[in-house]
Amino acid sequence: MPHLTMTDLQRLLVASAGAPEGVAPGADISDVPFEDLGYDSLALIETVTKMSREVGVAVDHTDLIAVPTPRQFLAGVNAQLQVDAR
Amino acid sequence: MSGTTVAVTGLGVVSPTGWTPAEHWDALLTGRSGLRPLDRFDASGYSSRLAGQVAGHEAIGRVPDRLLPQTDVSTRFALVAAQAALADAVVDPSALRDYDMGVVTANASGGFEFTHREFRKLWQDGGDAVSVYESFAWFYAVNTGQISIRHGMRGPGAALVAEQAGGLQALGQARRTIRKGVPLVVGGGVDSALDPWGWASQLSSGRVSPSDDPAAAYRPFSRDASGYVPGEGGALLVLEDLAAARARGAGQVYGLVTGFAMTFDPPPGSDRPPTLARAIRSALDDARLTPPDVDVVVADAAGVPHLDRAEADALCEVFGRRGVPVTTGKPLTGRLYSGGGPLDVVGALLALREGVVPPVPAGCDPVDDSLDLVLDAPRELPLRHALVLARGRGGFNAALVLSRA
Repeated sequence: MPHLTMTDLQRLLVASAGAPEGVAPGADISDVPFEDLGYDSLALIETVTKMSREVGVAVDHTDLIAVPTPRQFLAGVNAQLQVDAR
Repeated sequence: MSGTTVAVTGLGVVSPTGWTPAEHWDALLTGRSGLRPLDRFDASGYSSRLAGQVAGHEAIGRVPDRLLPQTDVSTRFALVAAQAALADAVVDPSALRDYDMGVVTANASGGFEFTHREFRKLWQDGGDAVSVYESFAWFYAVNTGQISIRHGMRGPGAALVAEQAGGLQALGQARRTIRKGVPLVVGGGVDSALDPWGWASQLSSGRVSPSDDPAAAYRPFSRDASGYVPGEGGALLVLEDLAAARARGAGQVYGLVTGFAMTFDPPPGSDRPPTLARAIRSALDDARLTPPDVDVVVADAAGVPHLDRAEADALCEVFGRRGVPVTTGKPLTGRLYSGGGPLDVVGALLALREGVVPPVPAGCDPVDDSLDLVLDAPRELPLRHALVLARGRGGFNAALVLSRA
């Protein structure tokens, strides 16, 4: 069953939408709102698309782009991956 | 507000001749060329191989990292030029009211290189592989949007598409916006389409020079004119209500935008005459000037014999034979599409300030003596008013009058 870590998510965010704003490189962004990081809904759609291709599972972005922080985003993704693996 | 005086207070340049107005001005005076063989891809199999290319092509490092995945190279150039123009004008957008600042840009090519890359993904890897940012990265209005978002400029925004005439039209629209009561507008244009798809599209005009010699490829008004050389880049300017600029303590006024007009030519085959002369007359009327008031003309200078003829005819019709000094720096940069007019405006403003007209680059052997071309060396003149012309393929004409502050 594929499982995504915060490290995976950060890498995918940077690859999809560039380095985050307003935080030091390598800082823990888990609870920093996407808005403060400079990531908008398009950035999250792009990230989900890239992630889906990487893990080989189609993740639905509909609910994910509304969550405020990376931690909640990651939880949502992994919940979908878990359901998908059943 | 038609009594409002519109001033240019900041210049931002991204050009094959350099990243600053000073570098571009130096190139105009010394004849330093920004043309070189295309180095973005192997162009040896194409009918034309020479282009005006911006040194340090990737504007990476000059725009925020987060904007790189969502921007075509043309948009990066636009962001760099806009920021430079604001810095030159010593404007801090965060200190002004957001609705008091507008953005008007022209765009002729859209995001060609970006879109080429995404199309390749579409065909090779399927629709899921295409970047979501393609939705706007290709788009003509994207530069206006990105500049507006980056600097928090929420006043009137517009985008104009009129091939090479669009850049002057953007400045005309910026002036109109200011006269309607917006104190500050960032206006101008840039273009870039030097990927294989963009290049093939440019060659389809049939007007691109086949020459490989940077010194001879693009010779407008010359007996050996063989077409133009495409280039990339352009300029963005800060335009302000002069009274508002003075009130905020703006340090410099490069010049005033005193007249503008645009016309559209009749279709090919029509027995009605072309309309460039009417655009010139209308722009002079708008500036409340007459032809003898104009001290220099910066020509469109297509480099295509019949188009050069048409421009010379229009100038002779309005100003008389050899009635006004005429120059162009385009052979040094190539034609920049929407960037061409604004970059010519930068050159004209610096000419007004310095009292010097840069010459047509070396090698021009005029087809006749109907125009007073500034040849061989810069010409020192007391300059009050300059006329900048631009024509876009498809029938677009634009004329902008600039005056000393």
